[in-house]
Amino acid sequence: MTEQDEGQRNGDWSRVRLHIVSGKGGTGKSTVAAALALALASRGKHVLLCEVEGRQGIAQLFDVPPLPYEERRIAQGPDDGGDVYALAIDAESAMLEYFSLYYRLGNRTGRALDRFGVIDFATTIAPGLRDVLLTGKLYEAVERNSRNKNARVYDAVVLDAPPTGRIAQFLNVNSEFGDLARVGTVKGQTQRVMGLLQSRRTAVHLVTVLEDMPVQETTDGIDELRKHGLPVGGVVVNMTRPKELDGDARDAALAGDLPREAIEADLRKAGVDVTPDLLEGLLDDARDHAERRALEEEQHRRIEKLDVPTYELTRLADGIDLGSLYELAAELREQGMA
Amino acid sequence: MSPAPRSDQSRTKARVGPLASRPGVSPALDVDALLDDPGTHVIVCCGSGGVGKTTTSAALALRAAERGRKVVVLTIDPARRLAQAMGIEKLDNVPRPVPDVDASAGGSLDAMMLDMKRTFDEVVESQATPEKAKAILSNPFYVTLSSSFAGTQEYMAMEKLGQLRQDARQSGRWDLIIVDTPPARSALDFLDAPERLSGFLDGRFIRLLLAPAKGPARLMTAGVGAVTNTMAKIVGAQVLKDLQMFVAAFDTLFGGFRNRAQQTFELLQTRETAFLVVAAPEADALREAAYFVERLDSESMPLAGLVVNRATHTLEGLSAEQAVAAAERLESAGGEVPGVTAGLLRLHADRMLRVTRENRMRGRFRAAHPHVPTVVVPALSTDVHDLDGLRQIGGLLTG
Repeated sequence: MTEQDEGQRNGDWSRVRLHIVSGKGGTGKSTVAAALALALASRGKHVLLCEVEGRQGIAQLFDVPPLPYEERRIAQGPDDGGDVYALAIDAESAMLEYFSLYYRLGNRTGRALDRFGVIDFATTIAPGLRDVLLTGKLYEAVERNSRNKNARVYDAVVLDAPPTGRIAQFLNVNSEFGDLARVGTVKGQTQRVMGLLQSRRTAVHLVTVLEDMPVQETTDGIDELRKHGLPVGGVVVNMTRPKELDGDARDAALAGDLPREAIEADLRKAGVDVTPDLLEGLLDDARDHAERRALEEEQHRRIEKLDVPTYELTRLADGIDLGSLYELAAELREQGMA
Repeated sequence: MSPAPRSDQSRTKARVGPLASRPGVSPALDVDALLDDPGTHVIVCCGSGGVGKTTTSAALALRAAERGRKVVVLTIDPARRLAQAMGIEKLDNVPRPVPDVDASAGGSLDAMMLDMKRTFDEVVESQATPEKAKAILSNPFYVTLSSSFAGTQEYMAMEKLGQLRQDARQSGRWDLIIVDTPPARSALDFLDAPERLSGFLDGRFIRLLLAPAKGPARLMTAGVGAVTNTMAKIVGAQVLKDLQMFVAAFDTLFGGFRNRAQQTFELLQTRETAFLVVAAPEADALREAAYFVERLDSESMPLAGLVVNRATHTLEGLSAEQAVAAAERLESAGGEVPGVTAGLLRLHADRMLRVTRENRMRGRFRAAHPHVPTVVVPALSTDVHDLDGLRQIGGLLTG
């Protein structure tokens, strides 16, 4: 293992230029991607946050109008420090841009391609090609070169990526396409993209919650990524439950012998209007909570066995707004992810 | 000819709703009535990823079977332990009887997990001559298309649904098919699959690729030449040749594909189908659900209702603010078991905040779509991985 590999195992992502954030649906990967971008920017970096699934998730999180195919600044630190730009990548725009950058194809050829349905074919019907275009644009954003004149150069690019079940396939599409295309410029292009994605300048982080299915998918996802030589980053355990009850209290709650009378007396003392239903409800809650926490701990042990750096974000009862994004960014920063 | 609609385009269409409406009470979704209705032959569960579609589909299927329906459930990606409990952990792409189902009401339950590559292979093998099938199955484009490209799963889920429906009609083995939809990029991909396939077949690009294989060279006008030359320059001539061979070999098959995809699409528009949109009480999931409801409406597809999974159950009598204040008083003034009691109060505050947020989210959905019958399923404190767990969910689904 090289020194750099060792660094990534220990969660040192300082050399990573491309952070890919994936996770099972419903685990909050878009939120984590946005929080990571903010956390990196808070270290004074210029960060580009990208999305590729046409959901406009970034615009919704940052409460800005839908993003076009153009890098727009969405967050800026004080004192000319770091900033976050955002880009919603869509395959059609990426394809036209690619043609104009690499083949200097003017509007006339673009129109001809469109007229013959080539663009439609490439971006919607042949779904693999779509992923080649999306990852190709990502590559361009990381490895800005002289072709794209006056383009901004970023210290880091963060991708709100497709879900865990599809991530290895999404990232590996270039090697599959490379296999199909034995010659031609696409061949060279796909090799360069794979070169970046399989290098230590990329890290694929997986977001999970502490439930059986998402943890299983995370485990499978890591196996799959390693199989394709794609660098596994950290695991972000998202939306963990509040830890209000200690182990003894949870054991008592599970066994159904929390001190009912003492609790009732405490509640009255604290000025709560205690009804039998309320007391019963609070004790039921405690048992449900203890059951869930027991399951969470079991899942946590599975994650520890994965031997990757792990970060944890507490579930916010109020849901996610712009303010809570900053809070999550601070959490990730304090835990050393950025 | 208009190109196939893209899901991101359909999103920019005008929103469909009552325009002015206050959050009120949605009509209740009567799940048992839906399951018992002998006119219901297909139930499609759709929604964004991570909202419990698979569990909901399995719970509905089990409940319907135990109420006397002859059911087959097509799942896409069940949790391992649930798959084991249902006896479908082995992928053989055919429905298998689920053990330990209560058949006293005269029903039955079969289950299967979709194997997309196998489904695709089987279609090729059943449609083409053995020689042609062999050529297709070994073509590099086919191998990639059938095993690893996004989008294929949706085509194949539709294909399998069509097959099951035909089998059900002919053999009478089932009278209800319940389908779980793939965890797509967006919930709408499932509906777009047949049209994308048709778009592929009718696309001028495909006609173009076929032209050299089929027609005389004079068809190659200047424009066509420019396009194919550009493509060859970019992807390499060999790829274009492989693709042409693939398309040519597939051309006859595509007709059958398209017809069946079209039939399945039409089946989904009839009264024998019912769509259930599944969501969680969160902004993203409900937004996807709203898009889906609007889309079903515009496609004249029968929406049965909305299932909101994993709702936090409320506990009246103490607000979040009161609970936090009481916890703080206890922590400073002490008590008999202040740590435990304050912990209970803070857990309660967390719960009530979530309840408030979830109610706000659902209220917004209701205001935009007041006529959608809805059932709210409270969150369980444990994961569902056996038939008893599914029965419990089935009970909660029906109130």
